[in-house]
Amino acid sequence: MTDTLAGGATPQNSQHTNDEARARLRKRYAAESRFKWLGAGAVLLSAFFLLLLLSTIVFKAFPAFHANQLTLPLNLSAENVDPDNLTGSNYDTIVNDALLSLFPQVEGRQERRQVRGLVSSGAPTLVRQALQNGSLQPGGTVDHAVPMDDFSDLYLKGLLAADSTETTVETLQNVAIDGAEATLSFSDDSLLQTARAAGAVEEDAGALRLTTGASSIIAYLGDGAVKLTAVEPGDTGVVARGSILSPVVAEAGGPVRLRVIATPEGQRKISDREIVWVDQLEADGRTASAWNTQFLFGGASREAEMAGIWGAVVGSALTMLVTLALSFPIGVSAAIYLEEFAPKNRLTGFIEVNINNLAAVPSIVFGLLGLAVFLNWFNLPRSAPLVGGMVLALMTLPTIIIASRAALRAVPPSIREAALGVGASKIQTVFHHVLPLAMPGILTGTIIGMAQALGETAPLLMIGMVAFIVDIPGGFTSPATVLPVQIFMWADFPEPAFQQKTSAAILILLGFLVLMNAVAVVLRKRFERRW
Amino acid sequence: MKKFLLTASAATIALAGAVGTAAARDQIRVVGSSTVFPFTTAVAERLGQSGEFPTPVVESTGTGGGMKLFCAGVGESHPDFTNASRAIKDSELEDCKANGVTPVEIKVGFDGIVISNSKAADQIDLTKEQIFAALAKNVEVDGKVVANPYTNWSDIDESLPNTKIEVLGPPPTSGTRDAFVELVMEEACPEAIEAADGCTEIREDGAYVEAGENDNLIVQKLEANADAFGIFGFSFLDQNADKLQGSTIGGVAPTFDAIAAGDYGVSRSLFIYAKKEHVGAIKGMEEFIKEYTTDAAWGPEGYLADKGLIPLPDDARAQQAEDAQALKGMGS
Repeated sequence: MTDTLAGGATPQNSQHTNDEARARLRKRYAAESRFKWLGAGAVLLSAFFLLLLLSTIVFKAFPAFHANQLTLPLNLSAENVDPDNLTGSNYDTIVNDALLSLFPQVEGRQERRQVRGLVSSGAPTLVRQALQNGSLQPGGTVDHAVPMDDFSDLYLKGLLAADSTETTVETLQNVAIDGAEATLSFSDDSLLQTARAAGAVEEDAGALRLTTGASSIIAYLGDGAVKLTAVEPGDTGVVARGSILSPVVAEAGGPVRLRVIATPEGQRKISDREIVWVDQLEADGRTASAWNTQFLFGGASREAEMAGIWGAVVGSALTMLVTLALSFPIGVSAAIYLEEFAPKNRLTGFIEVNINNLAAVPSIVFGLLGLAVFLNWFNLPRSAPLVGGMVLALMTLPTIIIASRAALRAVPPSIREAALGVGASKIQTVFHHVLPLAMPGILTGTIIGMAQALGETAPLLMIGMVAFIVDIPGGFTSPATVLPVQIFMWADFPEPAFQQKTSAAILILLGFLVLMNAVAVVLRKRFERRW
Repeated sequence: MKKFLLTASAATIALAGAVGTAAARDQIRVVGSSTVFPFTTAVAERLGQSGEFPTPVVESTGTGGGMKLFCAGVGESHPDFTNASRAIKDSELEDCKANGVTPVEIKVGFDGIVISNSKAADQIDLTKEQIFAALAKNVEVDGKVVANPYTNWSDIDESLPNTKIEVLGPPPTSGTRDAFVELVMEEACPEAIEAADGCTEIREDGAYVEAGENDNLIVQKLEANADAFGIFGFSFLDQNADKLQGSTIGGVAPTFDAIAAGDYGVSRSLFIYAKKEHVGAIKGMEEFIKEYTTDAAWGPEGYLADKGLIPLPDDARAQQAEDAQALKGMGS
């Protein structure tokens, strides 16, 4: 319509004869095109922000969907594991022994502790579960993959110590080993610059000391690795001293690879020694990146690498089922009664106003109501999907009623009259003719309500669903949490790996929403009728 | 259509039936402080991994809310433990007693509260008096109580940087804020302001920004703004040591060792309280207490230390473990 106006009414052939009128016309056209541009701009802007938001989430979430696993040679022989009493075995020891067998050189309590820290603390439990469900058979030494610790995992994904640079020095002359210390002599002094750039402290006679505040310099000689602690000018070049991180052979020749990790050791969550170990495991082919099944099908956990979303998915599904089962029949019945059967009087007017107001009540109020009525009065269990669903149903009801009434009202009166005209009763008219025609609209309203309920956290706070629950909920009364609550909790954990889990959980929530919507669209298509 | 409605109503009726049969509880329930939450959940998970008991359900309700639920009574519908980032108050203990609840107090460790900024800026040294001057609503200038006039750190002391005072911290509902006010603001409060009852008031002119309860958000904001400072628990500094540094307070840096030794001035004790009446009735409570109080958990090398809990000194730990396992109730 605007096109015909804009195209047909050019100033030359129009009835706008004087300049003032033409100016007014131009102004109107200008306003129109301004509005169009503004509208398109608004759409573009929101599309841009939506894209930005989604891409940040996807980008951040990506590392959480795959995880690095370490293949351990587990000794599951009869002396360690009794096939008839699988729960009685000490799996902590089995996992630790397997780990230590990969690092025969490791001695001392502190180092052993660090080695243990390479794999997830949940590994023993996973081994026990694998034995119990038969995916792992006892007897002999068996290779089995277990998840790595979250920091080793982040390191392998290149998210920790990413700021490292490598150089090669060709002038190694001599290596002397004294216990855990090594002394390397080089015939040129380029290492002095490297150490200075790494933030070494200058002492007398040009000697440089690499303190804990400086970047780490690791020298690789063949398979071995030395962390440099001091570099000083020697007779023919420089002498570097350092502690051995991985065994060095004294006569090691050839070029020395120098790796400078910019973040000082004390300020990252993975030590130089662990970096060398993890690199070694990777070189041995013992680590592998795989789909993070633990994240997709595990329950909640305080350990980032063990934390899974499945408990929250099941909790959300159970809660949504309760919400739907309560709010849909009640909401639709209420709408049908109010729209088709109820007399129009003061009482129904009053109810109508109240329903409209309820739709705008903050959701936390429903949580408080649920706490007072369902928990304190009915004595229903805390943290249960049943109560969560009931609270969310209360919240969703007004939305469904309002949308359903609008949908019923939109059905042409001729349908009702025709039905009544051929002798149908009032109830037959409604259930056989009006309701099926209103169904697409009703379903749209229901989906809006359910989507809102799916994303709610606040009302669940009061009824104990904001809780740390590890076990996957088994029914409507067992403790459970829901997806948005899981996101809320993970966002608050200090470990950096949980930030990726947060984004990944958001993606799962969005997926859940899309799935719910898809079901509704299919249903709506089935009921839809056009005139 | 008819079928659809019928199914829906059948489901409703089935649900209504389920209401009547709320299952008996075989699972430990813990409520309380969000500060202790990460530690208690770690212990709960270990107990669950042993395979003998279901994993306890830990709810984060805040210390005050947790105490209210905990002291409300004895029985399956009441929790067995509560986490607390401060000792139980006399009023709460009375409430407990009135409802027949005997709490067993276990001090589990310390938590340091740090003021930190981005590594991109310099580390600064503060005193509690300087922090008070930077954050209080009213301060004393030349013997008179005036609304806080300081806009830059250097207005307070010339040794401090000449940047705008901008501190991101927890909102009034937070236990961390309560502890911060108690340990810093009230301690450094000049008499004139104490007389006016204004020690706990934090300025509202924009210099102090309430950043919500999400400490990760504060960490991200500090990364983006090198001039800003943030107030949060030690564990967030510990986990983000590559990006942030803690300001020293009274010359002491917030390190694991300094807090454990009691040298760092802004640290508080963390507690859990067990319900004596439930021991024996709810399975696994004794094992839970035992798991919490082993050195493998709360010791200097334990897994809770990895999560940011700062352990008690050795003798105090031994004493607490002994009292806890003997279920030494309060006021019994």
